Amino acid sequence: MNPAVTETVNDSIFAHDHHLPGQKLPTDIPEDLLRKTPLNLPNASELDVLRHYTRLSQKNFSIDTQFYPLGSCTMKYNPRIAHALASLPGFARLHPDTPAPAMQGLLQVLWELQEWLAAATGMAAVSLTPAAGAQGELAGVAMIRAYHLARGDTGRNKMLIPTAAHGTNPASAQMAGFEVIEIPNLPDGDLDMAALDAHLGPDVAGIMLTNPSTLGVFERRIAEIARHVHAAGGLLYYDGANLNAILGRVQPGQMGFDVMHLNLHKTFATPHGGGGPGAGAVAVQERLRPFLPLPTVLQEPHGALRWMSIEDLPQSIGQLSAHGGNIGVLLRAHAYLRRLGRSGVGRVSAYAALNANYLLKELQRLGYQAAFPERRASHEFILSVSDLHKATGVRALDVAKRLLDFGIHAPTIYFPQLVPECLLIEPTETESKATLDRFVAVMAQIRQEALEQPELLREAPHHLPVGRLDEALAARKLDVSAAPE
Amino acid sequence: MSKIPESLRYSSTHEWVEDLGDGRYRVGITDHAQALLGDLVYAEVPEIEKNLQAGTVCGVLESVKAAADLYAPIDGKVLERNEALNDSPQLLNEDPYGQGWMMVVAAESSAYAGLMDAAAYANIAEA
Repeated sequence: MNPAVTETVNDSIFAHDHHLPGQKLPTDIPEDLLRKTPLNLPNASELDVLRHYTRLSQKNFSIDTQFYPLGSCTMKYNPRIAHALASLPGFARLHPDTPAPAMQGLLQVLWELQEWLAAATGMAAVSLTPAAGAQGELAGVAMIRAYHLARGDTGRNKMLIPTAAHGTNPASAQMAGFEVIEIPNLPDGDLDMAALDAHLGPDVAGIMLTNPSTLGVFERRIAEIARHVHAAGGLLYYDGANLNAILGRVQPGQMGFDVMHLNLHKTFATPHGGGGPGAGAVAVQERLRPFLPLPTVLQEPHGALRWMSIEDLPQSIGQLSAHGGNIGVLLRAHAYLRRLGRSGVGRVSAYAALNANYLLKELQRLGYQAAFPERRASHEFILSVSDLHKATGVRALDVAKRLLDFGIHAPTIYFPQLVPECLLIEPTETESKATLDRFVAVMAQIRQEALEQPELLREAPHHLPVGRLDEALAARKLDVSAAPE
Repeated sequence: MSKIPESLRYSSTHEWVEDLGDGRYRVGITDHAQALLGDLVYAEVPEIEKNLQAGTVCGVLESVKAAADLYAPIDGKVLERNEALNDSPQLLNEDPYGQGWMMVVAAESSAYAGLMDAAAYANIAEA
C-alpha cells in the first residue's frame, strides 16, 4: 500500500483500505516492559506461506499416505462419509446456545448416540461430555469416588492398577486423589490374582483395567477379578483404549465393569493422534447414573429432548464442558455407527483381530519372537527383538527407524515397559492383506539386514529428509524459543 | 553384564546404597537400571529434609524411552541432593556409582543391613 496513491488519486475505493490505522502505544506501560527490538514475525508472501505449509504436509507420515501400525493407537481409516455428515451446515453452523426446542435435530443425534453406546458396552447410561480420553478417565474415577462418599464409605483412598493397564490410568487416579497401587501381571499376561487379593480391602476404591490389556492379550479371568473386587466393596473401571478389539463381541458390562470411557475419536471415525479434539464419553451401570458428568441429553416422556442440568442430577460430579463436549467428534461417531449397524460393528473387531493374528504368525515365521507366544493376539501384539539385540546389538529403536525408510510408520516401541526391546504392532481392521504382506516382506528384509549388516539399521533412516536424530541431546537441551539465539 | 560393586548394598527396585559412616548413606541407581532406562534426560530427586519410606516413590526419572518412578531404597531423611543432575542427567548413565549419585540420606544402620548384597542383587539384575 503506497500512501502516495491515496493522496493523488481521488477514488472512493481507496477510502476502504482494510488495514488498521497505526495505533499509538498507551502511555502507562513501564519503560522496562517495552520491547527494545521489533517482534520477530515472519515476513513472507501469502503464496510462499501456502507453499511452505503444503511442503510440510507432504513430509508428513499419515494414515492417508502410509501404513501406520502404531500399537495402542488404533490408526485406522476414518470413513470420509462420517466427516461429510458431521460437516452438514445444519450441524456445523448451529450456535451452541441455541434453545433446545430449536436444536432437536442435534439433540436427537446425541441422544441416539448415548443409547447406542450404552447398548454397545452393556452399560445403563452414557454421558458424551468429556472432551478427551484423559478427561473421560478422570470423570470415571471421580464417579467412583463420589459413589463411595455418597454411601458414607469414606476410607477408600486406593486405586489398584495392573502393570499392563493403559499408561494414563495412574495419572487419572492420582489426579482424582487416589493412591495408586500397582498390581503385577503374570508371565502369561493375565493379572496376578494372588497379588490382587492381597491388596483388596476396605481402603480400596476400585481397579482400573484395560481389556484386552496393553500386552495385546485378553484378560481371561476377568469374571473372577470382578467377583473379588465387588466382594471387597470396590468398583471396576474399564479403559476403552482397546475397545476396537471387542466391539460387537463382548461388552464391558458383561465382564462386570461398573464404569468406563470410550475414546470416540479413536474407535469411532475421527482422525486422531494430532492432539485433538477428542471425545471421551463415559458409560456407567445403574448405580453410578446419579453421578454422570453434565451436560447430557434427556428425553422427556412426551419425546422432546433437552440438556440435563444440575437440578436434574444433583449428585453429578459436575459440568465438564460448556456445551456438551466436542460435537464434531460425536457426530462422526454417530454417522460411523449408523453406517456399520449391528453386524458391521462386530466386523470391526473381527477383522482387527484377524489382521493382528495374521501378522503375528507371519512375523513369527520369519523368526521374530512374540512376547506371549502361547497366547492369541487381540487386535495388537508385542514382539521383542531382544534376540537381535544380543546377537548384533540391534535394538527395537533401530528396527523402527529402518521401517521409516520403507515408507511405513514405526510401531510403538518400548511400551509396555514390561517387555524389553519391544515393538507393539496394531494393523487395524482397515488394512488390506496386500498391505500386510508388504509389511511382512519389509520386516523380512530388516531382519536379514539386522543379522548381516547391523550398522545399516543403527544409522537408519537413510532416505528421509532428516536422518537419525540425537534424541537424548534434543531432550536434555530443550530449545523451544522462537527467537533466534 | 552390568557392574555391581561389592562394596555397596542394593534394593529390589534397582537403587544402590553406600555406607558413608555416622548414619549417612549415599543413594543412586544401579548400572543395570540406567542401562534398562536408556539415555536419561531428567531426574527429579526429593527435596532436602524430605522423609523417605522404603519401597515408596520419592522421585522421577525420565529417559528417551520411558518415565520411571524413583523408589526410596531405605527409610530415612534426605540430607543432600546431587544438584549436578539438573543440568547433566547423563551422569546417571555415564557414572551411576560415582558422579551420578542422587542423594545422601540419614538412616538407621539396621535398615541398611536389611538391603541385598552384590551377589543377591546380581541374581535379580541378571534374571
